[in-house]
Amino acid sequence: MRITHLLKHSVWIAQKDLIEFSRNRMLLVMLIIFPLFMMVLTGYIFPTGNTLRDLPIALVNQDMNEGIYGNESVTLIGDLEEMGQRSGSFDFRTTGSESEARDLITKGKMSGAVIIGKDFTEDIISGEQGTVTVLYDQSKPQISLQVMAALDSAIARIGTQKAVSTVNRTIGIDKNASSALVTPFKVGNKGTVPGNPSYFQFLAPGIMMLLVMFSVMQGLPRAISHEKETGTFDGILAAPTSRFSIIMGKTLAQSVRGVTQGGIVLLLAIVLFGVKVNGPIWLVIGLMLLGIFSFIGVGIIITSIASDEETAQMFMMLLQFPMMFLSGVFFPVEQMPWYLQYASKALPLTYAIQAMRKVMVLGAGVQDILTEVVILFGFGTVLLFVSIPLFKRAMSK
Amino acid sequence: MTSSGQSCNIETKGLTKKFGGFTAVDGVDFCVNEGEIFGLLGPNGAGKSTIIRMLTTLSMPTSGTAKVAGHDIVKEPHKVREMVGIVSEKMIMYDRLTPRENLRLFGRLYNVPGRELEDRIEELLTIVNMTKWADTQIGKFSTGMRQRINVVRSLVSKPRVVFMDEPTLGLDPQSTTEIRKLIQRLNRSDGLTIILTTHIMNEADVLCGRIGLIDKGRIAAIGSPSELKDKISEKGRTIVDLDLIDPPHDAFDRLRMAEFVLSAAQVENRVKVIVSRENAFEDVLEAVRKNEMRLRNASVMSPSLEDVFLHFTGRSMVEEVKDRVPMAGGHGPWRRSGSGRVR
Repeated sequence: MRITHLLKHSVWIAQKDLIEFSRNRMLLVMLIIFPLFMMVLTGYIFPTGNTLRDLPIALVNQDMNEGIYGNESVTLIGDLEEMGQRSGSFDFRTTGSESEARDLITKGKMSGAVIIGKDFTEDIISGEQGTVTVLYDQSKPQISLQVMAALDSAIARIGTQKAVSTVNRTIGIDKNASSALVTPFKVGNKGTVPGNPSYFQFLAPGIMMLLVMFSVMQGLPRAISHEKETGTFDGILAAPTSRFSIIMGKTLAQSVRGVTQGGIVLLLAIVLFGVKVNGPIWLVIGLMLLGIFSFIGVGIIITSIASDEETAQMFMMLLQFPMMFLSGVFFPVEQMPWYLQYASKALPLTYAIQAMRKVMVLGAGVQDILTEVVILFGFGTVLLFVSIPLFKRAMSK
Repeated sequence: MTSSGQSCNIETKGLTKKFGGFTAVDGVDFCVNEGEIFGLLGPNGAGKSTIIRMLTTLSMPTSGTAKVAGHDIVKEPHKVREMVGIVSEKMIMYDRLTPRENLRLFGRLYNVPGRELEDRIEELLTIVNMTKWADTQIGKFSTGMRQRINVVRSLVSKPRVVFMDEPTLGLDPQSTTEIRKLIQRLNRSDGLTIILTTHIMNEADVLCGRIGLIDKGRIAAIGSPSELKDKISEKGRTIVDLDLIDPPHDAFDRLRMAEFVLSAAQVENRVKVIVSRENAFEDVLEAVRKNEMRLRNASVMSPSLEDVFLHFTGRSMVEEVKDRVPMAGGHGPWRRSGSGRVR
């Protein structure tokens, strides 16, 4: 009898919270606006595969003998320009001298420069390597890295083609054999699931977990401190209701809210950003619930320590900010220095996001995310055991 | 209604609550009888609300204890909760819910069975003429309407005792009258025991069978309004209100020197004197003249609860409330002389 009351009370308290929530139009709108906002912002601000578009690159040809450009450099420039036009990434512009090219980079008019060395043709003819220097803009490290990599590989590819035709001509074996001789290894890149890697595909699982888990962490303290401030909490505390029912009811309501929020993120990601769910959908929902479970304790602890809404808000900011950046929502954890990687390993959100990515992007099944599931469950259980006595004590002051 | 001979429905013993170094409630003892309206009267910050919070199990006493409807508030809080209703100064209701939904939620939390609960809700809404608004969200209501719901919300579980913390605070005169009538009706027809706190003397006078005067966390006096007034008006005691022209700051002290003056208090140029004789108006005027003070006006008054409060605490409640002076260790504007030696 006692236990049925306990459960019924939780359901009624949850129901009350959800009715209030469903009648708050502004909140409902935010449920859609907020994730949309986050996806659009983060999805487009951070670099994706197609950032390199028509980047102006200065071309300086120093390979000149008696007023005439060397053959080899002219061929290389022709090949580069053709490649630039075909891929649309670079817009090569012939520039008079190296110092002029440097000046243009400093002024921000060029994103980089390709400088063909003085004795380029002569070196090649005499059996040596021709020198090409790539200048880059140090004020834009992310762009420079991509420019360098793209130019390096373009120049190397042109060089390889040249080598293949030389071998073909001099040794007299056919083209395929010549290629095998020059580049004995052939590298093919393939994902484990069909489709190209997309930043949204990477982002969506992270944002989903982030919003779901934060909604419990924020929602719980906010709901309770709000009721404390308006005085309605006294009404619930003065009723013959167990403290456990109160916290359970509140958690239940926030969980429903969290899963709704997660579902909306997923739907937006699929419909608007072409994200695919490769794993089973029940596992996606299951992971959301597990994520919520692992965070309930944090919510209850904040509720118990913070006496009013403002203090609760501050606590949440303190926890959320590092979590957003350390848990790998926007950047992969592997990119971080080792000490931050350790910090990220202490956050449940990291595991939740990791698992969700495996399921959504890689189509993983339960057996593939067992470690994460166990860790999340452990996190949640330990935090609950810590938080419930704290809550009970805070309520009987 | 007196306490003699009856067993207490609510009984406190040395009830004390400290917040850090500040003692909000200091060893309070009182007894409330079954079916009584008992008022806790005192200025803001006197400790009334803290007493109510302890008796409704919302706050644990630092020391001392109390029994409510036969159950100990410290040892059996759950049993106490089942027995009592609470009308809080901050209204307990959800704005986005309708009155019916609010009452239903709380009825369920008190384990009132479904059918009975729906009937009870209908009955309560009828009592306060709110059936028409039963399914409108409370956020759209006026303060008066909200307070009606706030009061009946406390009754949904059929409590034996209802605690009301400032039930008419912030209401317009019409709503105030309505709520007071409702309180009286509940007390008379259902025999409900009601404890209410108020800082309005008139309210306590009209509503309460007995009153406990609270000052600085202590009970200054307990009794029915007429008993309390009799204490300062018995044996033909006279209260004279003097309006003086440029009186010295210690006018009240000088007047008290007259052997027939029991107590005196002063706010600026007004001095209130309680005299231990009948028809002593002339004597008071004589004393004023003897002290070379000049009169603008003077009148004999019948005692009010305000005078009672003044007499027992030496401070005026009206002034305290008006100025919202924090009470902790503060002093009222009335400087007082004389003692509580009332026979």
